[in-house]
Amino acid sequence: MSTTDRLAVLKTYKLFINGAFPRTESGRTLLVEDKKGNPLAHLCHASRKDLRNSVVAARKAAPGWAKRSAYNRTQILYRMAEMLEGKSEEFAAAIASTVPGGKSRASKEVAAAVDRLVAFAGWADKFGQVLGCNNPVAAPFYNFTIAEPMGVVCVVAPAEEPLLGLISLLAPVICAGNTAVVVGSTEHPLATAILGEVCATSDVPAGVINLLTGLRPELLEVMAGHRDVDGISAAGCAKAERTTLELGAAENLKRVTVDSSKGKDWYDLQKMNSPYRIQPFVEMKTIWHPSGA
Amino acid sequence: MSPSPKTASKPELDFGNAWEYAAAPEGTKVSIEPKYGLFVNGEFCAPRSKRYMDSINPATEEVLSKVAIANQADVDKAVAAAKAAFPKWKRLKPSERAKYLFRIARRIQERARELAVLETLDGGKPIKESRDVDIPEAAKHFFYHAGWADKLDYVFPGRKGTPIGVCAQIIPWNFPLLMAAWKIAPALACGNTVVLKPAETTSLTALRLAEIFQEVGLPPGVVNIVTGAGNTGAALAAHKDVKKLAFTGSTGVGKELARNLAGSGKRLTLELGGKSPNIIFEDASIDQAVDGVVQGIYFNQGHVCCAGSRLFVQEGVMDEVLARLKVRIESLRVGDPLDKNTDLGAINSIGQLATIKRYIEAGNSEGAQMFQSAAKLPKHGYWCKPTWFTDVQPSHTIAREEIFGPVLSVMSFRTPEEALMRANNTPYGLAAGVWTDKGSKIFEIASRLKAGVVWCNSYNRFDAASPFGGFKQSGFGREGGRQGLLSYLELKS
Repeated sequence: MSTTDRLAVLKTYKLFINGAFPRTESGRTLLVEDKKGNPLAHLCHASRKDLRNSVVAARKAAPGWAKRSAYNRTQILYRMAEMLEGKSEEFAAAIASTVPGGKSRASKEVAAAVDRLVAFAGWADKFGQVLGCNNPVAAPFYNFTIAEPMGVVCVVAPAEEPLLGLISLLAPVICAGNTAVVVGSTEHPLATAILGEVCATSDVPAGVINLLTGLRPELLEVMAGHRDVDGISAAGCAKAERTTLELGAAENLKRVTVDSSKGKDWYDLQKMNSPYRIQPFVEMKTIWHPSGA
Repeated sequence: MSPSPKTASKPELDFGNAWEYAAAPEGTKVSIEPKYGLFVNGEFCAPRSKRYMDSINPATEEVLSKVAIANQADVDKAVAAAKAAFPKWKRLKPSERAKYLFRIARRIQERARELAVLETLDGGKPIKESRDVDIPEAAKHFFYHAGWADKLDYVFPGRKGTPIGVCAQIIPWNFPLLMAAWKIAPALACGNTVVLKPAETTSLTALRLAEIFQEVGLPPGVVNIVTGAGNTGAALAAHKDVKKLAFTGSTGVGKELARNLAGSGKRLTLELGGKSPNIIFEDASIDQAVDGVVQGIYFNQGHVCCAGSRLFVQEGVMDEVLARLKVRIESLRVGDPLDKNTDLGAINSIGQLATIKRYIEAGNSEGAQMFQSAAKLPKHGYWCKPTWFTDVQPSHTIAREEIFGPVLSVMSFRTPEEALMRANNTPYGLAAGVWTDKGSKIFEIASRLKAGVVWCNSYNRFDAASPFGGFKQSGFGREGGRQGLLSYLELKS
């Protein structure tokens, strides 16, 4: 029997919420086609309810993740990089099937995504030393400013560079001790769908990273207005999308950061690996204590 | 406030007539013009609106002066001046920019007495506070930020900080000059130009600051001051040439501004309201803690966004804390703000007094137990006795909403976990206080309080070098310190 006679076992792609792989509660799917328009896979078409469920999971996971030692977060992010490296082929093939530029471009993107995770793995136990400081106040007080996690942050990945863009937004958010609800690229969603497998095998605690595939316009407004979301990191936003996010965010004054990076920007290490990509997702806390015997 | 039957007790500390009126600082006369125009492009000018509002001394209800109300045309003119001044100010050698700020700091110090008296006349705060806190801290903000102007390349590794452009800054009435300094000093140090809108009831010291800008030769247009009320602020925030808005005020207005700016591409920082917890553990030094509670809620008549308005006391020391607190509060002197012994001055405006009274009524009607000091209040002016409530439930209005007055809600707790849960159970996150003599506990509690500023065994301390700003719905962005610079720079790689 020749190998071509064997029927391939196709992967069922699902959402990744609270450490598990549920189907969307809506029962809807999205057809992903390859560049020639042939059907490739059916992905979950996440609903607004899925988004809200993810926020619940992320909120529940937030105190535990924030409490982990920075060294521990460093190791978990590095573990994600290890697992991603191991699945490089699968990611590259999946990305190349829909994204223009072919397999070699996709492989480059995956490699850059792995390296980005490694860079932020290293930042987890260092950014606090760069962003925080002691303050020389003119009174007998010991005064210092530290960077603390914001809480639950929604990540809206750009359409292009579906893996690298997503990782570039996600890594600073979780590195800082936040938990994340990610809406992956609508146009090229396969990488988002596979990424859950990386998280599930990397000691990332349940709920710390939640991954949704679906139609971005459907989810933005709910995300923006959600009162239990503390921040939003978005890229590839049209002006109207930005307005939607900022308008909704005013509801509970969540912090919105809109990244205008595109194309080559995602590969610019000076820009992308900076601790000032973590800074928008921390809250600076200043502590005063009297000093005197 | 009408005296309550619950407050009939005699103060435990009776000073007799030892503290009759004492004017301070002695002999300082402050001249006030009958009316003030706007400060645009380095000059005072009549408003195009031709409209003025009264500025009232809240301690006497007398009109001090008339202040211009800027309309759209006035705002346009001010923003145009700031925009025109920006390229040159931005390009000015940073060390020269620094020297302008140093000069401003020095002139504030030199005119400190006059500024303190004017601040107290215009806003009603005790002279000892304007003299010892507001004015020296305002000078310090200019002094501190002056030094940053030529050091910005060293602050953010791998990034270059560049100015944003015209900054609109809207400030509140509780620390008029100090808030102007908080806003203007970092903006200028970072190379931006400014249009400032002071609060409608307290514009006079900001206009004195404008005189100082003239005295030190600050280039025209670098700072412009438009006075007025909410409409002026809204016009300023919405102006197309404004690149950044910094607002300090209520959470309600902050949200409205955030909505108005959505999608505009303008940068925004907000320093908003609070309902800050002050937590006393059984192992605290109780005398110090009680003093901190008084400092936390009665400083500046409680017109402080980070006021420690929710007091949480561990059950075992509740009786002791309340007893000592009562003695301490009964000894607070309420009255003439120009008296150097006054602890609580006048409520800033008749409107704010009405708000405070509404909250006190809510506290009573919802079932909390009210106490007020036996202080005698002057016949004229806007006054509120130091007030505190016990038997407060977390659901009570006075435990949830910002009162912005001298009203304390006292609640008890049993365990550190309960204290944290209740302290953090608020949409606000501006500040918090924690009192215990146990080192490990204080750091654990401080690190788990969701607040931008945590005062351990202290309260209401401020410094130009110390970043200030909130978590959650208390706003975003920091003011002061290294982190505060981020509010006024674009970081480029």
